[in-house]
Amino acid sequence: MIIRGRAHKFGDNINTDDIIAAKYLDSQDEKFLGSKCMENIYPNFSKQVKKGDIIIAGKNFGCGSSREHAPLAIKGCGISLVIAKSFARIFYRNSINIGLPLLECKEVDSIKDKDFLEVDLSKGEIKIVGRSKVLNSEKFPLFLQEIINREGLIAWLRCNLKERRNR
Amino acid sequence: MGLTLAEKIFLRHSSKKRLEDFVYSNIDFCFANDITGPLAVKQFYKITEKRVFNSKRIAFVCDHFTPAKDKNSANNVAFLRNFSLRFKIPNFFDINQCGIEHVFLAEKGFIKPLDLVVGADSHTCTFGALGALAIGVGSTDLAGVMATGTCWFKVPKSLKFIYKGRLSKWVSAKDLILYTIFKIGVDGALYKVMEFSGPVIKSLNMEGRFTICNMAIEAGAKTGIIEPDGKTFNYLRRVAGLKLQGLNRRLKSDPDASYEEIYEWDVSNLEPQVACPHLPSNVKPVSKLSSVKLDQVVIGSCTNGRISDLRVAAKILKGRKVKSNSRVIIIPATPNIYKQALKEGLIRIFIEAGCIISPPTCGPCLGGHMGILGKGEVSLATTNRNFIGRMGHPESFVYLASPAVASASAIKGRITHPQEVVG
Repeated sequence: MIIRGRAHKFGDNINTDDIIAAKYLDSQDEKFLGSKCMENIYPNFSKQVKKGDIIIAGKNFGCGSSREHAPLAIKGCGISLVIAKSFARIFYRNSINIGLPLLECKEVDSIKDKDFLEVDLSKGEIKIVGRSKVLNSEKFPLFLQEIINREGLIAWLRCNLKERRNR
Repeated sequence: MGLTLAEKIFLRHSSKKRLEDFVYSNIDFCFANDITGPLAVKQFYKITEKRVFNSKRIAFVCDHFTPAKDKNSANNVAFLRNFSLRFKIPNFFDINQCGIEHVFLAEKGFIKPLDLVVGADSHTCTFGALGALAIGVGSTDLAGVMATGTCWFKVPKSLKFIYKGRLSKWVSAKDLILYTIFKIGVDGALYKVMEFSGPVIKSLNMEGRFTICNMAIEAGAKTGIIEPDGKTFNYLRRVAGLKLQGLNRRLKSDPDASYEEIYEWDVSNLEPQVACPHLPSNVKPVSKLSSVKLDQVVIGSCTNGRISDLRVAAKILKGRKVKSNSRVIIIPATPNIYKQALKEGLIRIFIEAGCIISPPTCGPCLGGHMGILGKGEVSLATTNRNFIGRMGHPESFVYLASPAVASASAIKGRITHPQEVVG
C-alpha cells in the first residue's frame, strides 16, 4: 500500500493529552475527536490537515494515558500515517488495533515540515518527493504484521474465532 | 538462565513451556473505567454479541468523570451499567461504591500476587505493588479480552532498580519515583518492566509501594513490579480480606535472572522532589523551587490518595491554616478511605485548616472536573502527570510532589519543604 501526503512535524514526547484533551473523552466519535486533535499545542491543527497527510514526530510519541481516543482523533482528522523515532507502547498497540498505520524511523530529522512524502507501507520505505531521498523504517514483527494486514484487532479476532469454530 | 518475576508470571499464563518473543496469555482479571469502558463495549459488540469470557472476571469502575460532570458522562455510565446487566457482570461500580479504580480494586481483593491483569487505563501498573503483572491497554484490547479471556503480549525485558540507604524525614515513595523518572527519562523504561527492589522498597508500607508502581508508566514502562513479601500478604489479609493458601510465598526473580540494566542508588541524601511543568521527568529538589507561588493544591489521585497520604497531610496541616489566596482540594481515593479519615479526625483537621474535601474521583488529575485550572494558574498536585493543559487551561502549570510537600506548600502558598513548616 502506498500512502501520499504532506508532513506535519512534531517534537519528542507528544503525549495523549496533547493529541486529545481529556475534556473531550466523553465522546467516542472519530470525526468529533478529530476536530479537536492536538488542540492544546497546535490550535486549529485539524483544519490544516488534508486527507492522507502524515504526522512526523520524535521519540516516545503517544506517551501518557491509555485513551484510544488519541489514535481515533488522529485518524478522524484525516491523518493516514504516523512516523516517529519511537512510540509509547499503549499508543502503539491502540493504533495497530484500530488500523492506524505507524512506522518507526530513526532518521525522521531529515524530513522537513510540509515536505511531500510517498510511503510504501509494506516495504517501510519513505520517499521525500522532490529531494530524491529515501528513508527506511523498522520492520514489524511477523506476529504484528498479521493484525496490520487485517487492518486491526477486531477483524483479526473475528477471523481467529471463526477458524477456531471451524476446527 | 533464571527468570525475572515478570517472566515467571507470563509463563504461568501461557500454554507454552518456554517463553517466546510474543505470547498469548490467559487473563485473570480485566477492567475499564467510564472513559475507556464505553469504547471497549462498542468494540466488543463488533467481535461478538453472545457472551463475555467470564462475567466475574470483568469490572467497570466509574471514576473519571464521576459524579457525572455532564449529560454525556452520565450517559456513558448508564451505557456501562446496561451492558453489565445484559451480560450479568456483577462488578459494575458507580462512583459512590468505588472511588478511584487503582485504589479500590486492590482494597477489594480483586488482584492477587502472580495474577496477570489488564486494565483499560495506563495506571493499571499500580497493582505491580502486589506482585501481580498488571498491564495497561486500550479499549480495543480490552474488548478482545472481554470476548476471549486472552491477550497477546511481547514479552518485555526487565530493568532492576535497587534503592539503598535510609530515607530522610519527609522523603517518601513519591520522591523515589520522581527521582527515578528524572534519572532515566519519560521513555527510559519504554516497553520494559521496572522491578523495584532493595532495602528501601522493603521498608516501605504497601501504600508507598503502590505509589511507586503507579508512576512506572511515566517512564514509559509496560509495568512496574515488586516481589511480594510478608507486608504484601498482610495487606491482602487485613485490607482485602484475602487468605492466600497454596500461593508460593517465596516467588521472586531468580538470582541469575537477566536484566537489561540494573540501577543501584543510595537515596539517603535525597530531599523531597518536585516535577516541574510540563513533563514528569523535569524534576528538581524542593529547595530550588521556593519562589514558585501556587493558586491551587490538590492532594489525592491513584498515586497519592490513600489513608497514609492523608495522615501525612493531616500531620502537617493540624492546627495550621492554608494560605488565604490558594485553593486546597483533598480527595480521599475511595469511600473506605474517606470513612477511615473521618474516624481518625483527619477530615476535621483539613476543613479547619481551610481545605475543601472532594468526593472520591479522578477529577482534576486529568482535567476532568472538580478543580480545573484557568489561564496562567499554577497548581501543585500529588497526581502523576503535568503535561500541557493536563489540569485545565493550556496555559496553566502543574507541579507534581508528595502529600508532605503539597501540605506544606498549601500553608505557605508557594512550593515549600515540609521542614520549613513543621521543623
